[in-house]
Amino acid sequence: MSRSKILAVALAVAALPGAGFAADVIQGGEKQATNWTAIVMFGAFVLMTLMITKWAASKTKSAADFYTAGGGITGFQNGLAIAGDYMSAASFLGISAAVMTSGYDGLIYSIGFLVGWPILTFLMAERLRNLGKFTFADVAAFRFAQTPVRIFAASGTLVVVAFYLIAQMVGAGSLIELLFGLDYWIAVVLVGALMMIYVLFGGMTATTWVQIIKACLLLGGASFMSFMVLWKYGFSPEAMFADAVRVKGELALASGKTPEEAAVAGQSIMGPGTFIKDPISAISFGMALMFGTAGLPHILMRFFTVPSAKEARKSVMWATTWIGYFYLLTFIIGFGAITYVLTNPEFLTADGKLVGGTNMAAVHLAHAVGGNIFLGFISAVAFATILAVVAGLTLSGASAVSHDLYSTVIKKGKADSASELRVSRITTICLGIVAVILGIAFQNQNIAFMVSLAFAVAASANFPVLFLAILWKDCTTKGAVVGGFVGLVLSVVLTVLSPSVWEATLGHPVGSAPFPYTSPTIFSMTLAFLTIWIVSKMDNSARAKVDRAGFLAQQVRSETGIGASEASAH
Amino acid sequence: METPLVERIVADPNYQELKRQRSSFGWTLTIAMLVVYYGFILLIAFKKDLLAARIGEGVMTWGIPIGFGVIIFTILITGIYVRRANSEFDQLSEKIKKDALK
Repeated sequence: MSRSKILAVALAVAALPGAGFAADVIQGGEKQATNWTAIVMFGAFVLMTLMITKWAASKTKSAADFYTAGGGITGFQNGLAIAGDYMSAASFLGISAAVMTSGYDGLIYSIGFLVGWPILTFLMAERLRNLGKFTFADVAAFRFAQTPVRIFAASGTLVVVAFYLIAQMVGAGSLIELLFGLDYWIAVVLVGALMMIYVLFGGMTATTWVQIIKACLLLGGASFMSFMVLWKYGFSPEAMFADAVRVKGELALASGKTPEEAAVAGQSIMGPGTFIKDPISAISFGMALMFGTAGLPHILMRFFTVPSAKEARKSVMWATTWIGYFYLLTFIIGFGAITYVLTNPEFLTADGKLVGGTNMAAVHLAHAVGGNIFLGFISAVAFATILAVVAGLTLSGASAVSHDLYSTVIKKGKADSASELRVSRITTICLGIVAVILGIAFQNQNIAFMVSLAFAVAASANFPVLFLAILWKDCTTKGAVVGGFVGLVLSVVLTVLSPSVWEATLGHPVGSAPFPYTSPTIFSMTLAFLTIWIVSKMDNSARAKVDRAGFLAQQVRSETGIGASEASAH
Repeated sequence: METPLVERIVADPNYQELKRQRSSFGWTLTIAMLVVYYGFILLIAFKKDLLAARIGEGVMTWGIPIGFGVIIFTILITGIYVRRANSEFDQLSEKIKKDALK
C-alpha cells in the first residue's frame, strides 16, 4: 500500500462513528414512539415465564432445588441455558451494530467472546462438576480452610455480578426507550421486579427455563433475519459483501470523499480496522475474554445443574455450538444492516445517522426483512434477553451470600437447608432493590467499561484461584486468598486508571490516564498467578500441610467423580 | 472420601492411565486453541494487510474465511474433546470406579 492509500484508510476508519470496545454495552439513543406490537409480544413472553415460574415454585423446596434445580437439567437443556445466560442484548444489538459501522472489526470482537469455551471445557468443566455442589467456591475451597477462601470467592462473585448487573440494568433502561418508547425508569423497575419474581419463587428451575426460552427465541429470530438477508443475494456471501462494499463506498462518496478514497473506504469493511490499537491492549483484552469466561460465577454455577460430568461436557459442547452459530449470524445481520438499513431513508435521520442510534441496526433490519410484526418480535426478544441474563446474575450473587457467606462462614456449615434458602431469598430481594437503585443512578454515566471490567475481574481473581486449586498440588489457602485478592484489587484499580474510566467516565483530559492500555488483564492475571505461586511456595504453616495433603483425594474425585454430588430426587 | 479408597484408586494403573491421557489430551487441545486465537490476534496486530488482501477478483478477503475458520475451529475442537471424553475417558473411569468400589 502506498502512503497516501494508508492515510486514506486511516481517515476513512477514523470517520466511522463509535465502533469497537463499547459494543458490549447498550447506552444512549433517543426515545422512540410507543411500539404496541413489541409491548404485547413482550407481555406474552412475561406471561409465559411467570407460568413457568409458578410451576417451578412447586418444585423448589430445598436449597439444592433453589441453587441447581436439583441437578436434574440435561446437558442439551443446560447448553441452551448457558447460551441464554451468555448471549446478552448487548452482544446481539452491539455486535451487529459494530459490524454495520466497521465490518470486520465486529467479527474480531465476537470471536473473543467465543474462544474461552474450549479452555473451560478442556481444563475445568468436568472437574468443576465432580468437585462442586452449588457455587464455584465449593470447588475453590475444596481442600482449603473454608472461611478465608469462601470470603474471597464471595467477594469475587459479588464484584463481577455487580458490574455485570449495572451494565444490564442501564442497557434495559436505554432499550425500553428505543424499542418500546417507554420511560427509562419503567424498564429498570420492571426488570428488577421480574428478576426478583423468577429467582425468588422459581430459583434455578425458573431461571433455567427463562434462559432456554430466550435462547430459542433469539437464535430463531437471528436465524430468520440472516436467512432473509442471504436469500436476497441468492445465498452468495460474495454478492452480499460486494453489495455492502458498494453501499459503504457510495456513502463515503456522498460525504465528500474522492472516488479513490471512497473505494478504499468501501473495501475497508472487509479487513481489520482500528479495533486493535496496540498489541498489548489486544492481547490483554483477549485474555480477559478468554479466561474471564472460565471465571464468571453465573456461568460456572450452571455446571452444577446437570447430573454428571458427562452431561457437563455435553452442556459446554452445545453452549459453544449455539454461541458460535449466534456470532456467525450477528456478522451476517451486521452486513444485512449495511445494505438494507443504511440505504433506506425511512431508518435514517436528516444527517444520515440511524434513527435511535447505531445500536438499532438489528432492530431496523428486522423491520426491513419482516415488517411490523417481526420488528415487534425482535424488540420483545432483545428486551427479554436482559431478563434471562439478570436472573442468572442475581441467583449467582444470592448463592454467594447464602451458601458461601451465611451457611459456611457464619454458621460454619451447620445451617439447615430451610434457613439457607431463607437467606438466599432475602439476598435476592436486596440485590433486586440495589440493582434498581444503581440502574437509575448510572443512567447518564458512561458505563462502557463495566462488562469488560467484569470479565477482567473474573479472569484475574476467580480464574487463577479456581485453576490452581484444581490443578496444582502445592497451592495453599494463604496463596489462593492473597493471590486472588491481588488479582481482584489490581484489575479494578488498573481499570479505573485506564482511559475508559479515567477519561471517559471521570472526565479527566484525554491522554492523562496513568494506565495507558484498554484492559488490565495481562498484568493483573499474571500477577495473581505469580502471587499465588510465590505465597504458596513460601507457606510453611500447619494449614499448608493440610492443604497439600488434601490434593490427592481431591484429584481422585475430580478425575473419577467418586463422591461427587448426585442429582437430588424429585 | 476415606484414605484407603483414595490409595486404592491411586495405585490402580487404569487411574494413572486416565489421568495421563486426559491431561495430555486436554493440554494439547488447549495449546492448539491458544495458538489459533493469539495467532489470529497477532496477525491483526502486525499483518493487517494479509487479512485485508482480496482472494480473487471480487471483494472477498482472506480475513473472512480465516475469521469464520476460527469460530468453526473453536466449535470443532470442543466437539473433539467432548467426544473422546464421553466415550473413552468415561469408560475408563467407570472401570476404575467398579474396581475400587467392589
